[in-house]
Amino acid sequence: MAFTPELAEIRFGCGLSPVLPAKDAVEDILQHLAGPDHMATAYPIDSSDSLMPYLSELNALRRKRRKAQGTDAFEELNKTYKAMRRHERANWARWFSHVVLRHSQTRDGFRERLTLFWADHFTAIGKGSLSRQMNAPYVETAIRPHLTGRFSELLVAAVTHPLMLSYLDQNRSVGPGSRAAQRAGKPIGLNENLAREVLELHTLGVDGPYSQQDVRQLAELFTGLKSNFKKGFQFRPNLAEPGHETILGKQYGGGPARLTQIHAVLHDLSVHPATAAHIARKLVVHFVEDTPDPALVDHVAARFRDTGGNLEQVYAALLEHPAAWVSELRNVKPPLDFVTSACRALAVRPEKLQEGFPQNVVSHLIKPMTMMGQKWETPLGPDGWPEEDDAWITPQSLAARIRWAMLAPQHLVDLLPPPETFVMTSLGSFATGPVQFAAGAAETQSEAIGLVLSSPAFQRR
Amino acid sequence: MTLTRRHFLTRSAAIGCSAAASPLLTPVSFAAAPWDTRLVVIILRGGLDALDMVQPYGDPAYAGLRNKLAGGPLKGGLDLDGFFSLHSELSRLMPLWKAGELGFVHAVSTPYRNRRSHFDGQDLLEAGSMGLGQVSDGWLNRMLQHMGGVESRTAFAIGQGEMKLLNGGAPVSEWGPDAALILSPQAELLAEQLMQGDPLFQSALAEALALSQGGVGQQDFEGDDSSMMEMTMPLPTRGKTHQKIAEYAAERLRNETRVAAFSINGWDTHSRQAAGLKAGFGRLSDCILALRDGVGPAVWNKTAVLAMTEFGRTVRENGTEGTDHGTGGAMLLAGGAIHGGKVHGRWPGLAEADLFDRRDLMPTADVRGQAAWVLQGLIGVGRETLEQEVFPGLDMGEDPGLLL
Repeated sequence: MAFTPELAEIRFGCGLSPVLPAKDAVEDILQHLAGPDHMATAYPIDSSDSLMPYLSELNALRRKRRKAQGTDAFEELNKTYKAMRRHERANWARWFSHVVLRHSQTRDGFRERLTLFWADHFTAIGKGSLSRQMNAPYVETAIRPHLTGRFSELLVAAVTHPLMLSYLDQNRSVGPGSRAAQRAGKPIGLNENLAREVLELHTLGVDGPYSQQDVRQLAELFTGLKSNFKKGFQFRPNLAEPGHETILGKQYGGGPARLTQIHAVLHDLSVHPATAAHIARKLVVHFVEDTPDPALVDHVAARFRDTGGNLEQVYAALLEHPAAWVSELRNVKPPLDFVTSACRALAVRPEKLQEGFPQNVVSHLIKPMTMMGQKWETPLGPDGWPEEDDAWITPQSLAARIRWAMLAPQHLVDLLPPPETFVMTSLGSFATGPVQFAAGAAETQSEAIGLVLSSPAFQRR
Repeated sequence: MTLTRRHFLTRSAAIGCSAAASPLLTPVSFAAAPWDTRLVVIILRGGLDALDMVQPYGDPAYAGLRNKLAGGPLKGGLDLDGFFSLHSELSRLMPLWKAGELGFVHAVSTPYRNRRSHFDGQDLLEAGSMGLGQVSDGWLNRMLQHMGGVESRTAFAIGQGEMKLLNGGAPVSEWGPDAALILSPQAELLAEQLMQGDPLFQSALAEALALSQGGVGQQDFEGDDSSMMEMTMPLPTRGKTHQKIAEYAAERLRNETRVAAFSINGWDTHSRQAAGLKAGFGRLSDCILALRDGVGPAVWNKTAVLAMTEFGRTVRENGTEGTDHGTGGAMLLAGGAIHGGKVHGRWPGLAEADLFDRRDLMPTADVRGQAAWVLQGLIGVGRETLEQEVFPGLDMGEDPGLLL
């Protein structure tokens, strides 16, 4: 139960690479994380701020086009609209390929893993065909810049992001006693969705010390949070419920509605001991094993509490504890992590993903992931993807993993590596006897590579 | 392994088939399981709004609660019995209602109260216990554990996504459309060796290989001639996933399978509920019709389909043309074995004082009790087993008469 460079790459990074060196020490991992984000520069993904005006324009064009149906103007509008949609779809596939390339080429794998972890913790998905385009930009804007620093900063960035406000229906929530509701002359009112998930999923956890009354009060306090493509995030006091609200026994608000009151409650929730315990457990389950060592969870939770949710310190606590380095590989990689770590092991080059773009990215990577049980950017609900190993390794999803492992690599590299070499570069000291034997005994090179990638030694971390 | 003719005859002889039911004359009747009826459980994930599926337009308080979401015959609802009407997007199921093959139980729920979390709500619905964390397996699996003669193909969990109600000690098959794994004999052997020592991978591979043979769930091919098949990249074929899942279930149920379960998602209609339910009821209708058409009249006559959800939604619509998480919900019943053409259950009323927590439909019966009576009538599970083992802590009460 101790740090080894290979284990660090496999468990806390993006897997072994035949060309990139592994880390020497825990400090090395943390130093990279504290340094510049090289991969975001090399393989950019739009920020949501730069995307929203484009989506707003596209939305306006769509409306114009609909109105123009049957008139002479339609043809021209339709041409422009379709070109913009194609451009948008290519961007969507490009951003996915950039995620793959970041994982394949990084020397800072922990950053990529933390990005996925927190993007999942704060799952937000566009509900319409246009806002679906925001999924990757949301992660790039609200999650990735806040991986270190305080948990409260990450919480505020995610919860008040336009995509989250739309996903969890906050945009449609109005204080029943607000000026806007009184003027409306039609029933408009509160929606509890965001408030509930903030307490249940983002902070305290479902077993946390809150009641339905707290959900309701938090929903009232959240009124005024608003966003759209055109204007981005806004705080609109005329939508806010007047008066103060009481959440977990503490009063907020009263007087004129202000965004700072919402920030205050999010900050208080972010440092609550129940939040510390909830986040600590989630981190350990995600990175180490489904049934985590309580000593490790306690150690991470204590650091979270002691530092007021300083995430760098929280990660340090996770990485410094011997129980994080149990030598047996336990967790199963979700399909995205499986596919991206396979690309890393194969040293997939950026130019290769340009061939037949975007169709090939879709048919070689994105659609097969759906068959493995992970439709890209489409978890079933705000609780994100499952952590349990047996949720991922079912007969049908394992079948899809094996089929992909045997057939996809030949499309992803010009020349498949010799299997005897590949088994060592992709698994290192985790290459078991049967895997080495299979690599040598398979009838074809693609079966050999496929068997290595299908092995539990590669599928687990 | 394909079912060989020899295997077939041995099995038929062992259970003493009559000539009329001989598999040689009626090749769809394998009768491997000790019972012959079929049960399909559909989990509607997200919390289906019972009041919009089966609209209580005859309740005096209803009109005041639903405005944008108003139902009833004057708003396009399909009248069922002068008190309830059916959501118009379920119109394709009306012929079943008229034939007595579609029914509902209103105002039912699990014992889950007050927290209104989807994930806990679904966990409890599938666990079948009184509270969370009391059991580690699912109720449908525990039912199988108490039946003799259950084999791995007796019950199927179909589609991507876990079906926790079938988790547990009894063997259950998990598979879905477009999943077939075709390996060369050499690769198959090597793959099996690789997975040894890792039970999760080992058993998943063995199942995948077994289920990829026999022609169900992939293009038809004759006998063992798998050399005709080539492995392909894992890509979905054309068609709607939910429809393919229901068709696959029907194909299995026509043969030796007795129990199938799958999910239909997308019921969490916090806003623009009308659009959400149009899509959801479309999928639900597709699935029920695909099951009926897929199993054929003889099997459909001994089939019960139960569609259940983790909780209902608030009786009042919210400010965003939707509804929030609630408590009492409704269950849908379909099939030739059920007592349809009826809205079962005790209606609690919608007056403020009749509501749960002054916001939700008051549950008047435990949804587990409804399922229990179906298991008893359809499959012959004993009451004691149901109340103590399958649904621990349940009082089944009076027979609600859900079956013919």
